[in-house]
Amino acid sequence: MDLFNAIIQVLDSTIRLSVPLLLACLAGLYSERAGIFDIGLEGKMLVGAFAGAASASVFHSAYIGLGMAILISVAFALIHGFASITHRGNQIVSGVAINFIAAGSTIMLGQAWFQQGGRTPALASDERFGAIIWPGADAVRGVPILGPIYSELISGHSVLVYVAFLAVPFTWWVLFRTRFGLRMRAVGENPAAVDTAGISVAWLRYRALICTGVLTGIAGAYLSMVQNGGFVKDMTAGKGYIALAALIFAKWKPVNAMFACLLFGFLDALSIRLQGTPLPLIGKVPVQLMQALPYILTVILLAGFIGKAIPPRAGGVPYVKER
Amino acid sequence: MSMPYAKLPAWADYGLIPVINLAVAFLVAGFVVLLVGENPFRAAVVLVEGAFGRGQGIAFTLFYATTFIFSGLSVAVAAHCGLFNIGGEGQGYIAGLGIGIVCLAFDSVLPWWLTFPLAIVAAAAMGALWVLIPAYLQAKRGSHIVITTIMFNFIAASVMVYALVGFLKPAISMAPQTRTFLDGAQLPKLNWVIELFGAKIRSAPFNISFLLALAMAILVWVLIWRTRLGYEMRTYGHSAKAARYAGISETRIIIMAMMISGALAGMMALNPTMGDQHNVALEFVSGAGFVGIAVALMGRLHPVGIVLAAILFGMLYQGGAELAFEMPAISRDMIVIIQGLVILFAGALEHMFRPYVQALFASLSPRSVGIEAIKGKGA
Amino acid sequence: MAQAAIELIGINKSFGAVRANRDINLEIARGTIHGIVGENGAGKSTLMSILYGFYQADSGEIRVGGQPASIKSPNDAIALGIGMVHQHFMLVDNFTVLENVILGAESDALLKKSIAKARSELERLEREYGLEVDPDAIIEELPVGLQQRVEILKALYRGAEILILDEPTGVLTPAEADHLFRILRQLKEQGKTIVLITHKLREIMAITDTVSVMRQGTMVATRQTTKTTVGELAELMVGRRVLLRVEKGEAEAGGVKLAVKNLTVRDSRGVTMVDDVSFDVRAGEIVGIAGVAGNGQSEMLEAISGIRRAVSGSVMLDGKPIDLTGAADPGELRDRGLAHVPEDRHHVGLVLAFEENENSILGYHDDPRYVRGPFLDIDAIRDDARDKIAKYDIRPADCRLKTANFSGGNQQKIVLAREMEQDPGVLIVGQPTRGVDVGAIEFIHKRLIAMRDQGKAVLVVSVELDEIRSLSDRILVMFAGRIVGERGPEASEGELGLLMAGVEQREAAE
Repeated sequence: MDLFNAIIQVLDSTIRLSVPLLLACLAGLYSERAGIFDIGLEGKMLVGAFAGAASASVFHSAYIGLGMAILISVAFALIHGFASITHRGNQIVSGVAINFIAAGSTIMLGQAWFQQGGRTPALASDERFGAIIWPGADAVRGVPILGPIYSELISGHSVLVYVAFLAVPFTWWVLFRTRFGLRMRAVGENPAAVDTAGISVAWLRYRALICTGVLTGIAGAYLSMVQNGGFVKDMTAGKGYIALAALIFAKWKPVNAMFACLLFGFLDALSIRLQGTPLPLIGKVPVQLMQALPYILTVILLAGFIGKAIPPRAGGVPYVKER
Repeated sequence: MSMPYAKLPAWADYGLIPVINLAVAFLVAGFVVLLVGENPFRAAVVLVEGAFGRGQGIAFTLFYATTFIFSGLSVAVAAHCGLFNIGGEGQGYIAGLGIGIVCLAFDSVLPWWLTFPLAIVAAAAMGALWVLIPAYLQAKRGSHIVITTIMFNFIAASVMVYALVGFLKPAISMAPQTRTFLDGAQLPKLNWVIELFGAKIRSAPFNISFLLALAMAILVWVLIWRTRLGYEMRTYGHSAKAARYAGISETRIIIMAMMISGALAGMMALNPTMGDQHNVALEFVSGAGFVGIAVALMGRLHPVGIVLAAILFGMLYQGGAELAFEMPAISRDMIVIIQGLVILFAGALEHMFRPYVQALFASLSPRSVGIEAIKGKGA
Repeated sequence: MAQAAIELIGINKSFGAVRANRDINLEIARGTIHGIVGENGAGKSTLMSILYGFYQADSGEIRVGGQPASIKSPNDAIALGIGMVHQHFMLVDNFTVLENVILGAESDALLKKSIAKARSELERLEREYGLEVDPDAIIEELPVGLQQRVEILKALYRGAEILILDEPTGVLTPAEADHLFRILRQLKEQGKTIVLITHKLREIMAITDTVSVMRQGTMVATRQTTKTTVGELAELMVGRRVLLRVEKGEAEAGGVKLAVKNLTVRDSRGVTMVDDVSFDVRAGEIVGIAGVAGNGQSEMLEAISGIRRAVSGSVMLDGKPIDLTGAADPGELRDRGLAHVPEDRHHVGLVLAFEENENSILGYHDDPRYVRGPFLDIDAIRDDARDKIAKYDIRPADCRLKTANFSGGNQQKIVLAREMEQDPGVLIVGQPTRGVDVGAIEFIHKRLIAMRDQGKAVLVVSVELDEIRSLSDRILVMFAGRIVGERGPEASEGELGLLMAGVEQREAAE
């Protein structure tokens, strides 16, 4: 039973750790499907986290916080669009720039406004998104196997967790069942076809980036307003990059993205759980190895030993009308 | 009139446009200063005075610039081969391992001028090795090198923590860093050069690795524009198909370019360790690898431009420290913002102002933009 | 005369310093097929792109059906009933036919209705015009001819009354082209107006009612097709008599220099592009490979020059095999006297961002003449480049100029100078004069024949049948990856055309 409880706990933290990855990964899916590489997921999450926590604490409202997180994150997405769509700049360079601006400005503004060394004030419970307890969750807790699964894994998460997982089928539906999705996929494959069909390539890509901004905003809000009770500097800690890796692993498909993020979340949860615990056969694993494991695995995945990931064909290439 | 057919005169292309881009970056940075309630003009004055006002400031500016020259060259070498080495941070960090081992082993037996070459080799080798796997995967498996080098940055961080809390640390110490190097692994200062001009310096870490950086800048220029390898790298950088046609091995050229890039990134670790702190500590690279991206873009991938851009960023770092001291509302992270803005305006938006400049030149003198020169390029 | 479907009045368009269209006036009658001919770069495509709203004219007026029209985007053009079939198809390769047809013309935000509507509409179009195509097929799995049909369907689905086709037969076999022409005639009978852009005069004579000729951005003349001749049109196009044949003597073929045996090559998707091809090229002869683009010529050239992996077969250069595993070193082949002028000079044969002198050593950058140890010998390289510039009359004569700033013809001369001056035993040339102006064509042809007369083995691949006939001592026709026939230079165009269409082969198979 101890083992079962341990598994439930690891799976529970898997879900919690997967959520920001999943939101960021789906965010990246929108922009990359539209043909815009986005290495700036990290930065957009970070500004989202900061804007969310800062305004939640100033206005004492979680929802205003979420709104601001989305707003600022979208603004950064639009900067990326301005550089890479309107001015046909290098998309990777633009993404790197956004990550820097985000890292610097969140700390500097945080320090200037709150004087807590780059932190925002700790959020009160009504300024955060609390857990939603599903009906009967407490009642069934005692039921073996199913009880803990229902009360721990399914119930008891914040609204943003459910938003993240609902975003998966929603994204699939948008991509494959709507006009916007059809055009977005087309513009990521052959923007000239979209252009000659009388659709604005730029406006389409901007809209995809707005979707990206909304999702990274939610991801940031989750970090600073659910997982943590406030903003801490550099709190994204590379999650944007892991999300990017998950996106590649998922071959740019929404449902795959969910599984990829759950896998990485699971690895993270496991490494926290196993810190300092000797493993059977292997013995004690250095903490650092466990921490590096997601990155190492990502490299192995990227090496293409498991299938081949074919990115959207027009990805990373600014659209220029042919002469 | 050396390039009568170019769209813009070279001085505008390599001088005016970068300056405009930089000016806009600083303009936006000025707004951020306003946002935290300080006066951007006073901030600028404090920054420049802090960097160049006294000998002390100059020495620090050049000290920071030393590291940035290495990291900027590292990015530029890869970029000439069409590759984006975003992993300079990790390559520089892991080079600290090689430097640490060499210095701890030899600082008591060898003089600095023997330890230094050994450390250079160790740093370059570690940096080059750290990029070998990403380079190989890019060349052979098509794994996107931007993503793999980012991953290797994180892996390098884990390795260095493991080493610094483990075997590199003296057993009795709690701090995750090596012991202080003895004289045999401390680089001589170059402060006296500045003092020759009459400035007074209390103490500053400006050291001989600056000369190594300048030497590397020259070597990189020779490599890119005067050697076969450089020619092959540039060919591949412009067109992989042309390189294949010309008999240039894709695998070889990617791995060579990335390893040279990695070696340069590795060498940047010499300055903060042997030149300044006289130990290898956690996080000693502190973002210098990423600064290299801004420096390389700002310097338009040319060694001369990179040295100038590195000095500019050295100024920002030194002046930024003074600024944080003088204006409490502005923290040193202001530099990170400026860095980001420079990357944005000099990199991603580098062509934003070009049409305006071109229009301006066209209205001033149509001949200079080659109106008559370009013919026969119809639809 | 019927009412004008389209009137263009005083159209001007410049790209930077290049004036692509100057004062163009054109009137196209409703319900006719109107041809627009001109050389590459004459401004035909630009003009049609303006009509389709892809570019805006700098000045001038467009009238559609007698009404002044403001066409600011393809949307406006589509609304006015103008449809366009582009030279490079504007299709999303991994979408289905249906998805491509509805893209941009979806009736509402969800796809379900649009797809249902498009499906029934496609059935109607299929009945009316005989435009048969499986609506659920994935584009990249369809042959080129069907892909083009999807483009036509796209335009008709959007209610096009005026259909512009830009070089529609460039990628088609003669049989496919005939089929296309039947469709176009049928469309005309239904009252549609067709604008056909091409540089192939035969097509103009075969199908159009009226024809306009463009040259260097201007509209030179408009004629009733029945009242003009190929000769007149050709003269109008180039401004002077075309030199159709280069003077050349009899070939004195020597020993075999290049021997290709049972060569089979597949592309990256695993499709067999070159299928069991064998032939020889002897010293002192030019062997021409004729064929419609995309029948495996490109892949064959790449395999022979060591750039692409071959599945099986052998290629012997001077009796010694060439490594066909894909690991061949093109540099080593150069040392063995194999020079290669690639089809795509912009991305393969040249680095456009390089200075001219840097391109003049591409592939020979290891040659002892150009290097000292690991270093480039800059002076030697530039002197050498200046020599070639003089010898090949490359303009402007500036070896430090960026290659992108040379015209197409001069760029091709840079490549040819580099490859020919190495004095190779075997020269293989892909599309020797693609995108090259008339003056340079003549120069290039003469050079190739001079190479032959020096006893070199020359292999030429070209999609221009005239060029092949004018240059070759022997003509091999490639179709669907196979050599389907060998003819002498005296073979008639019709005979070669049938071979290029794979007619013989099909008959044999049936």
